[in-house]
Amino acid sequence: MLAMRHISKVFRTDLIETHALRDFSLEVAEGEFVAVTGPSGSGKTTFLNVAGLLEGFDTGTYHLDGVDTNGLSDDARSRLRNEKIGFIFQSFNLIPDLDIFDNVDVPLRYRRMKAAERRERITSALDLVGLASRAHHLPSQLSGGQQQRVAIARAIAGDPKFLLADEPTGNLDSLMARQVMDLLEQINEMGTTIVLVTHDPELARRAQRNVQVIDGQVSDFRPYEPHAQPATFAAAAAG
Amino acid sequence: MFGYYIKLAAHSLRRNPGITSLMVLAVALGIAVCVVTLTVHHGMSSNPLWWKNDRVYAVTLDSWDPEQPADDKHPDLPPPQLTWRDAEAVTASGIPQHAVRMFKGYGVISNDGDGGGVRPENSIVRVTSADFFDLFDVPFRYGGGWKAAADAAPEPVAVLSSETNERFFGGANSVGRTIRWNDRVYRIVGVLGEWHPAPTFYDLNNGAFQDPEAMYVPIGWAPSLELESAGNTNCWKPESIDSFAGFLASECIWIQVWVELPDAAARTRMQAWLDSYVAGERRSGRFQRPDNNRLTPIDEWLRINEVVRDDNRMLVALAFAFLAVCLINTVGLLLAKFLGRAAITGVRRALGASRRQVFLQHLAEAGMIAAVGAVLGVALSALGLHALRVMYASPREGFTGLMHVNAWSLGVAVAIAVGAALAAGLYPAWRIGRIAPSVYLKSQ
Ligand SMILES: Nc1ncnc2c1ncn2[C@@H]1O[C@H](COP(=O)(O)OP(=O)(O)OP(=O)(O)O)[C@@H](O)[C@H]1O
Ligand SMILES: [Mg+2]
Repeated sequence: MLAMRHISKVFRTDLIETHALRDFSLEVAEGEFVAVTGPSGSGKTTFLNVAGLLEGFDTGTYHLDGVDTNGLSDDARSRLRNEKIGFIFQSFNLIPDLDIFDNVDVPLRYRRMKAAERRERITSALDLVGLASRAHHLPSQLSGGQQQRVAIARAIAGDPKFLLADEPTGNLDSLMARQVMDLLEQINEMGTTIVLVTHDPELARRAQRNVQVIDGQVSDFRPYEPHAQPATFAAAAAG
Repeated sequence: MFGYYIKLAAHSLRRNPGITSLMVLAVALGIAVCVVTLTVHHGMSSNPLWWKNDRVYAVTLDSWDPEQPADDKHPDLPPPQLTWRDAEAVTASGIPQHAVRMFKGYGVISNDGDGGGVRPENSIVRVTSADFFDLFDVPFRYGGGWKAAADAAPEPVAVLSSETNERFFGGANSVGRTIRWNDRVYRIVGVLGEWHPAPTFYDLNNGAFQDPEAMYVPIGWAPSLELESAGNTNCWKPESIDSFAGFLASECIWIQVWVELPDAAARTRMQAWLDSYVAGERRSGRFQRPDNNRLTPIDEWLRINEVVRDDNRMLVALAFAFLAVCLINTVGLLLAKFLGRAAITGVRRALGASRRQVFLQHLAEAGMIAAVGAVLGVALSALGLHALRVMYASPREGFTGLMHVNAWSLGVAVAIAVGAALAAGLYPAWRIGRIAPSVYLKSQ
């Protein structure tokens, strides 16, 4: 479980203070597929960075899979991140001078795994995203959708509990976006908890739960739920 | 993990061969310049008889002109050599374990009939007392030195350098055979092994880096053969010298005197003896300058005779300044390179690399550059020293003896390389590890 309580995060520059997260509380249960939406600049990426231990926070508590992340050393945070969390970015972020195989290898290297086990995991992750035959291509030799599938393979190769995706379909056309979404759903069905930040309401609708972030806070505003709405109207009319 | 860092480093270095070779070359040049200057400096300032530094002393007395010091630039120093009579008195004092008085002679060395066919050669010959070989720990290949008796009532005996023995006898054991110096024939009693003290601390008169002598003969021959010095002879007193005996009795200085004093007590006794000797001479009108009777150990002797000159030290400082410039250059290039791939490093951080792992990965890359630079640097040093050897070859062979890459200079090179790697790599690697990973990710 991922549990944030009353988190605040302030960015201070010379001129201004930005309250990127304020009194931010959110729990994501194991196995959930949560979509996070919200206007630009509302703090979605900041939330993912804090959740993924890429960034600290000022006040509040954050438990990741039962571990209180407060006061952990950089080594401990890195190990936790490596073992529990997979990241997927809008711009894929593959390492351009490593081939596909070596890209998927990166998180496994930091886990000090034996070569044989690494190879097995890389192969099965690439199989899952349907790119095993491209193992020795460079990222630049793949299409955008393929690159994002490699990034997904890299994120899940270490078998993390949580997958954090920041607008993974933002750079893809709708067909490719749907393929990526299919893949994420498939991974979620296999048991991985997914938090997906997206601007696309159609994709958000496919998640089990929608969370809206406005101005650094989880909004109380009920997310758009097409099936629930008529029922509410009907209830109001009946009442 | 280390293997992974090396793999990544090699990968990264191969990706920009231009920048990589620039950095390697900078490190190599810096190291080479440092190693060459340090090797030469070390050779020049090193004491070839360091193991006897606490027991071998140059003897100097101030018998100079009461009106002015022997050396205007160093008025505190007594003249560097002694008169014949003072040298004779000091070595006859009986206090030192070994005592040597000597000077540099010259003349033609030639075959004495047997073995013939070798061209006679004008050579430097050291005219010395018997203790020379024991006092300076001179190695013998064949035979040995002569007895003190051979000095007193001079015997026609000689010791050859290994080069002279090579030249006239093809390197064979020539002990018992004879050789001619000028118009006299000497019986060979010993042949030296390899002996190339650099600097030639025991006689700094005509430069500290000279060929060793071709041959050694007893000093007892000086009066009877009227041998003159091929080194320096300095006189201050207007004296009418009309015979060699008159010269030997004059205030002219031309003899080097060295003594071996095994302990502090002997040193004290020797100093007391010198002081009382000078006091006695002063009563008869000599030594009108203040007492300045010195026993100078070899290190100190090299220093006061400025064997390592200040401009030489300056050169070493400049070499290190050059190395610093090279390293700063490398630091700049590394920093630019590392920061240029900050976004990729951010991805690694997001995938689980700790700050320490990022630091070590980058340090490995810097270390690799330094390692290759060091190997190349040592090769360049060897080349540089070789070039110096060729440039300064004969007739100053003693000097070229300094210019070898030896264990000492290799040690220095390794130390400098490690220092260079740390200096060039630590800061950029640390910098890259400090930036929050989320910042790199946004920079995409
Ligand atoms: N490193 C930083 N320094 C200063 N301010 C920052 C930093 N990162 C984010 N911010 C500010 O924090 C607020 C939230 O930013 P964040 O990136 O989380 O928004 P977002 O919801 O992801 O927006 P978008 O949908 O455009 O990606 C913004 O006002 C942003 O300017
Ligand atoms: Mg964002």
